[in-house]
Amino acid sequence: MMTPLLSISGLSAISLRERGAPILRDVSLSLARGEVRGLVGESGAGKSTIAKALLGILPGTVKVTAGEIRFEGRDLLTMPQKDFRAIMGSDIALIPQDPQTALNPGRRIEAQLTDGLRLRRGMDAKNARERALSLLAEVHIRDPERVLKAYPHELSGGMRQRIMIASAFSLEPKLVVADEPTTALDVTVQKQILRLIRGMQEAHGTAVIFVTHDLGVVAKICDTVTLLYGGKVIEAGPTAAVLSHPRHAYTRALIAAGPRYDRPDAGLEPVPQAVFDQLQAELAMPFSSEMNHG
Amino acid sequence: MAELLLEARGIEVTYGNRRKGGVKVLHGVDLHLARGETIGIVGESGSGKTTLGRALLRLVDVSAGEIRFGRQVITHLDDRAMRPLRRRMQMIFQDPMASLNPRHSIRQILGDPLLFHGLARNAADAEERIRRMLDRVGLAAVVLGRNPHELSGGQRQRVGIARAALLEPEFVLADEIVSGLDVSTQAQVLNLLKGLSRDLGLSMAFISHDLSVIRAVCDRVVVMRNGRVEEEGDCASVFAAPQSAYTRLLLDAIPLPEVDDTWLKEPAPA
Repeated sequence: MMTPLLSISGLSAISLRERGAPILRDVSLSLARGEVRGLVGESGAGKSTIAKALLGILPGTVKVTAGEIRFEGRDLLTMPQKDFRAIMGSDIALIPQDPQTALNPGRRIEAQLTDGLRLRRGMDAKNARERALSLLAEVHIRDPERVLKAYPHELSGGMRQRIMIASAFSLEPKLVVADEPTTALDVTVQKQILRLIRGMQEAHGTAVIFVTHDLGVVAKICDTVTLLYGGKVIEAGPTAAVLSHPRHAYTRALIAAGPRYDRPDAGLEPVPQAVFDQLQAELAMPFSSEMNHG
Repeated sequence: MAELLLEARGIEVTYGNRRKGGVKVLHGVDLHLARGETIGIVGESGSGKTTLGRALLRLVDVSAGEIRFGRQVITHLDDRAMRPLRRRMQMIFQDPMASLNPRHSIRQILGDPLLFHGLARNAADAEERIRRMLDRVGLAAVVLGRNPHELSGGQRQRVGIARAALLEPEFVLADEIVSGLDVSTQAQVLNLLKGLSRDLGLSMAFISHDLSVIRAVCDRVVVMRNGRVEEEGDCASVFAAPQSAYTRLLLDAIPLPEVDDTWLKEPAPA
């Protein structure tokens, strides 16, 4: 078996603000090259915390207490800062939830899109500009010359998110972390962005960690999925298996809670209290009880 | 046919300086709502759905058209003339943290309007009504002494619903009230709202960007696009066989939780 690109094992973290309350409980997951894995769960599930730990941007109030995050075999948590910085942005890139705050409002798109190419790939301004133009074309931006000259506020939310995707893929990373990249977008734009991320991922053979609260989005873009609750992995496996044959009562309940336009009789079933009770009992267990589809 | 409660005809809303032309965000919208009926207003950002809701409540002025509430034409009533109607038309907001006074206890937030509108004779009467309503919306009485920031998002939204329902309104406007909630909480809040509107015979306008949510709670749906009504009809028929290509596009863009390799390959929506 090939070594996975990313392997998280036994990751635990606590909140320093809330008297050491656990935020991640013994989380393990792995990602092969070119795989798209969904990290899904409701608020407080820990999905964003995992992404932040991986990117090295955990807030000071969260402390990792155990576990490792191995990228190509090396633990990101313990490697020297210098090595970590060389990997971040280059081999691992981020597509953020809100491109509005991720882009610098005072700089033109050209400057922001070519920084990495010039500083980390050693391209000169002319080559970097050409690469930026082809990246914009690749994310289906119609008038790339005009967009390069634009400031972020002159572009729509969907356009800004396309630019973030172009930027994330610009240095040919091996892993892209997409943190709820479509949550703020209209459904028609969301579909375009999902298609774009999948298309770029396939064209470049990139692995993607896709953080989302939406099981529908998982179904459409993820090969595999890890469902979390209270910082613990509840169920994991190939997306089709988890969604069609969920093994955990919570997974089944979450699927039944979402309304769906095609089946007005289904959906809107609140998660039963018995399921929350079961989850609480499992969170208290010292050993892993996750349902794994292998 | 049930009695008409709210009716808008050809309403237009223009923001900004009208002498300079302004920006017209509603271009002649018709809408009618019967007593006890729940209508869904759906659209993408910029479609005018929120402005339409605010115009119905007379929170923004219309530049053309007519709005009727019950037997009364309310299009140009001034604040004083609107005041007696305000209790009868209530609103539940998207972000209860922004709409509930952060310095007031839940007791004040729920009790003050009851006393202001003279629905409660005194503080003891108000307290009794509040406790009954809390029970109805599934909140424990201990929240009465708390402030909004001490509650969860789902609890705050229940307070918003309780505040509106306590005033015994005839019409409630709910603007994106579940879009910030987790799916398990969302199901609880929507079920609560459905039950309340049935029990109290409320008429409701339910604004949402989410067609699945609209399908679950509404009798009828209005699809908005660029300040116009794109399609309108009973949920059963619109969802089964949308007449507008735009409605079809919106439906097809919703990712259902089923693996389907063709979905992402379909032609991109324009």
